[in-house]
Amino acid sequence: MNFDFSDDQRMLRDQAQKFLTDQSPPRVVRDVLEDSAKAYDEKLWGEMAALGWMGTAIPEEYGGAGLCPEDLCVLAEELGRSLAPTPFSSSVYLATEALLLAGSEDQKQKYLPDLAMGETIGCFALAEGVGVPTPKNISVTASNGALSGVKEPVADGDVANFVVVLARSGAADERGMSLYLVDLDGVDRESVETIDPTRSHARLTFNGTSAELLGAEGEGWDLVQKIIDRAAVYFAFEQVGGAQASLDMAVDYAKNRFAFGRPIGSYQAIKHKLADMYIATELARSNAYYGAWAITTGAPDVSVAAAAARVAASEAFNHAARENIQTHGGMGFTWEFDCHMYYRRAKILSLNLGGERRWKDRLISQLEARNAA
Amino acid sequence: MDFTDTPEDAEFRAEVRGWLTANAEEKKPGAIYKAKYGEAALIPLSQEWQTKKFKAGFSGITTPLEYGGRGGTQIQQAIYDQEEVNFLVPRHIGSGIPLVIPTLLVYAKEEDKKQFIPEILRSDKLWCQLFSEPSAGSDLGGIRTRSERDGDDWVINGQKIWTSNAQHADLAILVTRSDPDAEKHKGLTYFYVDMKSPGIEVRPIKQISGMANFNEVFLTDVRIPDSQRLGEEGEGWRVAITTLMNERVSSGARPAPDFEDIFGLARDLEIEDGPAIANAAVREKLAHWYIQARGVDLTRMRTLTAMSRGQTPGPENSISKLVSAFKRQEIALFGMDLMDMGGGLMSRETTPMRAVFQEAALEAPSGRIAAGTDEILRNIIGERVLGLPREVRVDKDKPFRDLPTGV
Repeated sequence: MNFDFSDDQRMLRDQAQKFLTDQSPPRVVRDVLEDSAKAYDEKLWGEMAALGWMGTAIPEEYGGAGLCPEDLCVLAEELGRSLAPTPFSSSVYLATEALLLAGSEDQKQKYLPDLAMGETIGCFALAEGVGVPTPKNISVTASNGALSGVKEPVADGDVANFVVVLARSGAADERGMSLYLVDLDGVDRESVETIDPTRSHARLTFNGTSAELLGAEGEGWDLVQKIIDRAAVYFAFEQVGGAQASLDMAVDYAKNRFAFGRPIGSYQAIKHKLADMYIATELARSNAYYGAWAITTGAPDVSVAAAAARVAASEAFNHAARENIQTHGGMGFTWEFDCHMYYRRAKILSLNLGGERRWKDRLISQLEARNAA
Repeated sequence: MDFTDTPEDAEFRAEVRGWLTANAEEKKPGAIYKAKYGEAALIPLSQEWQTKKFKAGFSGITTPLEYGGRGGTQIQQAIYDQEEVNFLVPRHIGSGIPLVIPTLLVYAKEEDKKQFIPEILRSDKLWCQLFSEPSAGSDLGGIRTRSERDGDDWVINGQKIWTSNAQHADLAILVTRSDPDAEKHKGLTYFYVDMKSPGIEVRPIKQISGMANFNEVFLTDVRIPDSQRLGEEGEGWRVAITTLMNERVSSGARPAPDFEDIFGLARDLEIEDGPAIANAAVREKLAHWYIQARGVDLTRMRTLTAMSRGQTPGPENSISKLVSAFKRQEIALFGMDLMDMGGGLMSRETTPMRAVFQEAALEAPSGRIAAGTDEILRNIIGERVLGLPREVRVDKDKPFRDLPTGV
């Protein structure tokens, strides 16, 4: 038994950590936060592309490195730790994975080599405003190869070259849902403000926009479940990285901030708070590791593993980011301190694939299904 | 990552499984809640089982061969534990295997190791742990039980408390204060003692549950030969730390009720709007407990992986008990809440799952206190894992006898 990353993977992690410490320090994240014209850090994206990160899990025949999902998880943790302001999650965990899962040979040939090089950015459009997207309420419709309707918020929809869209192609039920690929050139799109400006989001308005089926008609709902199961594990690693960074920041502050003549970290009120952040982060890390193993090997309980990783990681990062602010006291809620960048990212990451409440419900459904099997 | 066994480990697992199948009854689904913890009737069953294990080479898997163990690896021990939980077997009783053997291995004389360790592995002799005192629980360094040198003997006077199995034990490990003029952690001396020695009196403590799993132990002019000292005079704290380090490496068994039990109850029980499991509030809680239970199990696998590389398990193992003990209490109380107006009924015959939720609700408070309180474990994580500064200590660099004692 070896329930840890391999020596090669740990070397990859060290390299990624060093690279991101240099190239994605808080100042770079803050630049994107404060400059409304900046959707992401293009220089950072270019350097990540030069390292071949976007092609990590893309097979070599499509121009990728042909590594396994575990390797991508290693990178995800470091991207989460550094809050790297790039469209990596949309393009790699969602659009690329959708193509690998459901793309025809032509579609793979067309998109994957450019995705692997970071020259094309993909995104994934599921949400239609406030509320839970379900087969009953999805209102973007497809007919005769054209889409109509509005998707919002779409992470990186304002900077991507193409989008994978869930739309209604038939009845308002699971079998009436299909996935489509849409070239975003010429699509009406508008940046929207979210709680985390370091990750750009957009409103996409389709108006008879020409679209190409991804996977078979009527398979869209099932495909989305598979796509978000895998993405949930990658997101979980970003969240674990973010939780660890929040904890590290809080611990550092608690050692150096003095009150009543001693470091605040020597008071149990603070010490125990930090211990709880550590525990939540470690439990999330362990669940995420299992998720990585499950998606890499195609384990039969992959849906349970993915949901557990997602729930644990959402809880951990939201908790750690919130209590990091509390540990910093008054400075914690200033614009000047970096605490809020983690707080924003924690919440947006836990919403992007569906909220904590819904993933908890999904986890129990998956456990019921496993139990019935 | 790889969850498959190496060929050698696979062979060992097959051997273990074969032996267990031939010698024990496999657990059926819908787990059986056995006799209550600490019942005296379990002792002969446990001793019989330990002797069987010893003969087959499965007791003391990591204990060196010359002391009757198998001389195997931590991974083999973990494999054995993983397989054994699938069978209905009595657990080991007393402190012998988890605490005493690791301490004897470091501090005992050769002839004592040769005598006591095999006895413990066979469960011929049961041991208990005379550490805590009425005024020294979390702050173990504050013990007052005196040891005074008298020729080749030591004379012991004082009181211990929270001693599991003291009424059944043949021997005990004991920490005493030999020098009240020294600073508190420097005046301690550690012994082993025969529990049948004149001057030892054991009185059970009735707990919330009505059970008496713990005892008070009074020591009045108990004589212990100096040959039963473990470690140097005044070095007792260091020996005690060796013992306590092993308290935290838990076997991985999770006492009921845990996630599986509350998940089962929620599926079986009808509430006002259908099966409890269909209720959103119930699902939220279940999901949280699942990721905790699973997280603890998986964290243990990460620890085992580190151990297989030769690393020593560190204070990060405090997570396991801290999370599990609190979760158990929450699950027990919530299970009763699901049973609503009848949730307080304690009949093993009519209450779901043989009243395990109700019994555990009364027993669970002790789980959060024994073997390191929730608060002490958070201190350990804060100080030893995260490197936070210690609390200001007012008892440093002063003779023990000058410390304020309260009431």
